Amino acid sequence: MTQHVLRALLSYWYRNPLQLFAFLAGLALATALWSGVQAINAEARASYGSAASTLDKGQYDILVSRFDTPIPQETYIRLRRSGWLVSPVVEGNLNGIRLIGFDSLSSPHDFVSPPATWEATLDRIISGPKLFANPDSKDQLPTMMDIIEDASIEPGLALGDIGTVQTILGVETNTYLILYPDQPLNQPALEVVAPELRIQFSQPTTDISQLTNSFHLNLTAFGFLSFAVGLFIVHSTVGLVFEQRRAMVRSLRTMGAPLRTIISLITLEMLGFVLAGATLGILVGWLIAAALMPGVAATLQGLYGASVAGSLQLRFEWWASGLTLAFLGVGSSLSVYLWQTSRTPILAHAFVSAWIETHNRLLRYSAIGSIILLLAAVSLLVIPGSLAQGFLMLGCLLTGGAIGLPVVLSRCLSAFGHATNHPIFHWFCADTRQQLSGLSLALMALLLAVSANIGISTMVASFRLTFIGYLDQALAPELYVGVETTAEADALEAFARSKNLEILPVDMMTTWQSQGQKVQLLGIRVGNTYRETRRFIESGDSPWDRVAGGEAIIVNEQYARNFNTWLGDTVDLPDGRTLPIAAIVSDYGNVLGQVLVSEAVFQSIHPEIRALQFGLRTEDPDALGKELVSSLGLPKGAMIDQASMKQMALDLFGSTFLITGALNALTLTVAGFGIFMSLLALADRRIPQLAPVWAIGLSRSQLGWTEFARAVVLAMFVFVFAIPFGLAVAWILLKRINVAAFGWELPMYLFPMDYLAIGGLAVLSAVLAATWPTLRLMRLPPARLLKEFSSER
Amino acid sequence: MNVKVFLLLLLLPTPVFAQGSAELVGREIEGFATPSPDPVFNFPADHGAHPDYRLEWWYLAANLRGSDGQNYGLQWTLFRTALRPGEAEGWISPQIWFAHAAVTTADAHYVSERVARGGIGQAGVIATPFEAWIDEWSLSGPEFDRLSLNATGSEFGYQMSLKATGPLIFHGNKGYSVKSPEGQASYYYSQPFYDIAGTLQLRDETIEVTGNAWLDREWSSQLLSDNQEGWDWFGLSLDDGQKIMGFRVRQTDGDHYTAATIFNETGTAKPLTNGVFHAEPLETASVAGRDIPVVWRVTLPEQNINVTVRALNHQSWMGVSIPYWEGPVAVSGSHSGRGYLEMMGYQ
Repeated sequence: MTQHVLRALLSYWYRNPLQLFAFLAGLALATALWSGVQAINAEARASYGSAASTLDKGQYDILVSRFDTPIPQETYIRLRRSGWLVSPVVEGNLNGIRLIGFDSLSSPHDFVSPPATWEATLDRIISGPKLFANPDSKDQLPTMMDIIEDASIEPGLALGDIGTVQTILGVETNTYLILYPDQPLNQPALEVVAPELRIQFSQPTTDISQLTNSFHLNLTAFGFLSFAVGLFIVHSTVGLVFEQRRAMVRSLRTMGAPLRTIISLITLEMLGFVLAGATLGILVGWLIAAALMPGVAATLQGLYGASVAGSLQLRFEWWASGLTLAFLGVGSSLSVYLWQTSRTPILAHAFVSAWIETHNRLLRYSAIGSIILLLAAVSLLVIPGSLAQGFLMLGCLLTGGAIGLPVVLSRCLSAFGHATNHPIFHWFCADTRQQLSGLSLALMALLLAVSANIGISTMVASFRLTFIGYLDQALAPELYVGVETTAEADALEAFARSKNLEILPVDMMTTWQSQGQKVQLLGIRVGNTYRETRRFIESGDSPWDRVAGGEAIIVNEQYARNFNTWLGDTVDLPDGRTLPIAAIVSDYGNVLGQVLVSEAVFQSIHPEIRALQFGLRTEDPDALGKELVSSLGLPKGAMIDQASMKQMALDLFGSTFLITGALNALTLTVAGFGIFMSLLALADRRIPQLAPVWAIGLSRSQLGWTEFARAVVLAMFVFVFAIPFGLAVAWILLKRINVAAFGWELPMYLFPMDYLAIGGLAVLSAVLAATWPTLRLMRLPPARLLKEFSSER
Repeated sequence: MNVKVFLLLLLLPTPVFAQGSAELVGREIEGFATPSPDPVFNFPADHGAHPDYRLEWWYLAANLRGSDGQNYGLQWTLFRTALRPGEAEGWISPQIWFAHAAVTTADAHYVSERVARGGIGQAGVIATPFEAWIDEWSLSGPEFDRLSLNATGSEFGYQMSLKATGPLIFHGNKGYSVKSPEGQASYYYSQPFYDIAGTLQLRDETIEVTGNAWLDREWSSQLLSDNQEGWDWFGLSLDDGQKIMGFRVRQTDGDHYTAATIFNETGTAKPLTNGVFHAEPLETASVAGRDIPVVWRVTLPEQNINVTVRALNHQSWMGVSIPYWEGPVAVSGSHSGRGYLEMMGYQ
């Protein structure tokens, strides 16, 4: 018996290959969407990580000499033996290659990301002279030296053990000492142990990691939304299959097949399909992401010859979560349908007569649920709170909206129906209402998809504008040059003046404790760069002139928020001076409050701190770099071409952007597919209702067009309904979730054309979904419609 | 002290050790000196470093009582390991030093770790006058019997003075201590009779303490056999004046290799061979995601010793580069007393 039932169940697919395709495609699309988002998120994270670490190496405070002299080994030992936890670094230049030597045992683990080859040979590094360098740099290093080639090291840079590099450079001294973040108790003051040294604080000004973390958090939210959309689609796909095989199950049971056997076999069959569909989906999602991603890896490869770690691997998490999604969706609908099947008497028809009553009751519950959830979302708005609260608010809002959709739709249709006397229109409204029970899941999925797309598009585009603005501010100078002594700094400044180039000191920075909080003091040279690139959140009259004249200061958003001091308020500087705030700047990526003062004010407070890193404005950074090497003898590794850094960061963003767009389209395709499945499921059930309309004179073609129009009208309704929800999603992401996670808001920009495009896509997906069911209806043999009346008799 | 560092070094996460570990298990390393079964010690020189041996440590643990009436535990350990035999000046030195300091209370456990390269003066040990140091941490004094001790972390610190009231105790065969049936062994002696007093600093709190400390000296070049996966080490001071050093090395086949020494303040010591010392876990606690035995039964039937050994703080977890459990214990049953327990290799 089991064998026969199984054959009967499987033969259904054999006779309806299109349905088999549709079923598998539904499962695959839902999981593809999920795994695609995961792939991109992971990939973007890896890529940004590389970019951020290249941009920001000054994450540790360091000890440097007050007099620009090297630090003797004895000073290092004296500091360690006094309880100062420091690690020595020696830097120098050899044939244009920048040499960095450090103690791999005592340096903080993430001081320099050690090359892959480093760890494998650590004992030999200590035991024998070895240098690690990019293959391109090998020719510039002496041939007698043992060079280990490693493509992950930037060209122009070579790394080695401190002992090795000291020997090569012929010194027994250190250039600077890295200061551990955690220091022991009872540590004597630095002035007592090594008065000739000073602390140079780390420079988080170019730290884009905070900003990119925020972006990933938002992509994660998108991942959850796509998971929800996927669940809806899988649910309705399974619903269709059951609907269409209802008659077959009835026949099998009348022929004596035990219910338990049928249920077990259907369960087994479904699990098999889920496995196949979900596997296919994960692979498709990965392929989509892989097709769109190479640009990211190629950019990094081109710039540094660095291969991006983890560039799109099929990760275990994607398999696990993709399969979980599919099994959850199928499990939820399977249990409902199996329960229904087990409760249906053998000979009972699937009457729909009671649907109106049931549906009305359901609508009432939905309305109550929707109102409760939306009220919950609003009340969460009032309480300022955590990240979890932000996500909860998002969940309440979208779920409330989704279950409220059929209620509102039903009310609207009812109102439209009553407002007209045209019989066809009246029927159209009533008939659409009746179909809502079958279509509502698909429409909810479409609502979620459209809201998520509007929300994510707004977030990503707002983020992009902010990001570009931030890069323009933070990385304005085309060439960054680091020198080791104040003599070199003076020479560089003189050189820039002689060439009439704008030169900006970028490391005139220190921190102090203000009202118990760590605050950065940054000395800036007010010139065209600052005047043209810095964007203010708030500003008074001619802020730059007032800062340049030492009459006022500028603070960042973090400072303004932390101390609740805004335009016109005053700030006490470390030397006791009090100056008013002339403007507030946005400073994404910095976690500390920052006070910007003019170079002169900074030097009057900290005469001992001299700038050793500079940004130069030039139209040709390459040529300037070469000139600096030839005329000032600066090593090539001391220069960073910031324009290509910025371009790389923008390119990375461009790729991620492209993929987000592709995912938007995919989400809507999935949602459209849901509508298609629902319409197919309804098609056969609808014949008894369409037959009388046909009998009173509406042609099959007219009926077909009405069906088509219905899909389009519903899609448009859903789109209009989704706009406020989408904008609310974006608002929560930018203003709530971001603030809870990172402490600053991202500005929200609106992009109406993007929303229209999303609406167009939503309608298009509905049109495509309705085409086949419409054509089927138009071609329905009249005999099939007539049969409805004979059946009734 | 015990066999801990053998495995400790095997488990070191840095590839220096990980890479070599396969070679190091169970056989000698070329060029390094090996312990002789009939040792002749030369003091005070042997209190200093032996750079021709691959491994060595100065391991001090103390049971303390504070002026507040509370019990405390204190640990100070300096390890030396060599990439090659011998010493050299400067960064080319093959010697690597690392150290752990800890203070345990009934409800807190403070730990700090230091690492240093040899040859540059950042860490080392000299015999006369005795000084063992790494960074600002040190154990030093005019002679081995009178020492000062200090260490500081970011949340705790201590300053102690120690005075020995008894002789050195030599484990195994006059200081030649066998660790496995295959014959891996080390030189191993202890000074378990220090009176200790000083000041503990725990965050903002300062506590005066007194008690007893136990210093172990051990060096070797041979490691455990490859079927040994961890050990449990006990250093117990009974109230009747007897002291016990006992360890069991856990084997992958579920069997153990044990050795012990029972001795008293006059210096009378009796080595106990494999199988005589019994230690059996009675209760475990969840510590750092592992199940760690925190209550033990220790028996020496011939000596009529049958005691329960109970950890003062179950969470005495040394979350350092190579994590392990080490903390003070209380002894009850046929005898009462206190001591230190160390457990290594629990996954």
